[in-house]
Amino acid sequence: MIYLDNAATTLHKPPAVIEAVTAAMNCMGNSSRGTHGSALTAARTVFAAREKLAALFGCQRDHVAFTANSTEALNIAINGLIEPGDHVLSTDLEHNSVLRPLYRLEAERQVILDFLPADKQGCIDYGAFARLLRPNTRAIVCTHASNLTGNVLDIAKIGAFAKAHGLLFIVDASQTAGVFPIDMQSMCIDVLCFTGHKGMMGPQGTGGLCVREGVCIRPWKVGGTGVQTYSRTQPAQYPTVLEAGTLNGHGIAGLSAALDFLKETGMDTIRKHEQALAKRFYEGVTAIPGITVYGDFSDWNRAPVVALNLKDYDSGEVSDALAVSYDIATRPGAHCAPRLHAALGTKEQGAVRFSFSWYNTQDEIDAAVRALGELAE
Amino acid sequence: MRVKTKKLIVTFATTAAVMALEQACASREELGRVIPTPQAISAGCGLAWCAPIAQEAALLRLMEEHAIAYDAMTLVDMY
Repeated sequence: MIYLDNAATTLHKPPAVIEAVTAAMNCMGNSSRGTHGSALTAARTVFAAREKLAALFGCQRDHVAFTANSTEALNIAINGLIEPGDHVLSTDLEHNSVLRPLYRLEAERQVILDFLPADKQGCIDYGAFARLLRPNTRAIVCTHASNLTGNVLDIAKIGAFAKAHGLLFIVDASQTAGVFPIDMQSMCIDVLCFTGHKGMMGPQGTGGLCVREGVCIRPWKVGGTGVQTYSRTQPAQYPTVLEAGTLNGHGIAGLSAALDFLKETGMDTIRKHEQALAKRFYEGVTAIPGITVYGDFSDWNRAPVVALNLKDYDSGEVSDALAVSYDIATRPGAHCAPRLHAALGTKEQGAVRFSFSWYNTQDEIDAAVRALGELAE
Repeated sequence: MRVKTKKLIVTFATTAAVMALEQACASREELGRVIPTPQAISAGCGLAWCAPIAQEAALLRLMEEHAIAYDAMTLVDMY
């Protein structure tokens, strides 16, 4: 199979990740629960992963909290920081992992929302942040890169705006963590939410949030922590405050190995490879009559994603034909990005998304282009 | 017969802080090790650092160097 659905999850992982998960399942106890050898192995593994993530994102190591995925991290951040009556700015590029928590606050806590509109190329006008600002604006919540078009937002620019106006800045790095440089300090990010199973090439069920010192998130989940047992309330200290319940130690062991792989291979090397594949694919498919590509391709500093449609064919039919006739895996439909599909005018047709990873090759790209060419005939 | 001796017990609010101290000690066994927090101590974390009394100054220096916050240092009679 040619796997080109890496924006959903990277299928192929570094062998060291698989080995680390297997080893952990053979020897790892429960982190923070006791001091026998296997419990300490877990605690040390979790701690090592925290340190690597802190170094990767420019965060304090005890302010890295693990979750199951970006969605959980975003729910924790959004629900734990936004108060009733607050105004929040976001964008049309967002995934439902941002949109639905915000919509729920709008319905249940009278939170007011404004979304920066996307144009036909999926781009936003950064000047709209200032135009939409209100006295009660509390936060900007936005993605680093669209999971549909691959367009990257200038989060350093948005972060500077947020800081200048005293706003919290919560970033969804689902499509960029591990592949694009992110520095919470220089980009003025208050909370960075990430997943481990996409660009980082770690196991599913891993992710987390990095929190700037001084930002206090009210936890939605409280319970066992292995510490402060006789306290009736959740411990206030990071990272424990956000980590009730047993962590996914086996997954975190794999994520830790994935972080080692990223460091050894080089984030820039990985990103350039993926972007080169996306560019090759884009150049190939745009030469095919009947193909419409969505997004801003004037700048190749973009996530390795190309979404397209073939004539007026249903995107599901195209994706299915690619899978059945060519053994090529893609993602059709709406991609949990309803506002952006509306902005692009693809609500009815959806789109076929091709997304690339470190383990894809030029030959695979060429095969996908050939397949689309045949389907277009 | 086992005899109790006084040990220096350092307690923390989080497991992450204990792990940070363990890493800072860098396998220098004379500085102590992680133990379950003695029940005699009303402590935050279920894990504590146990060290010979003579290592107090060294531990304080290490924790300052590595910006590791601790809750308390207590002397406890232990086997």
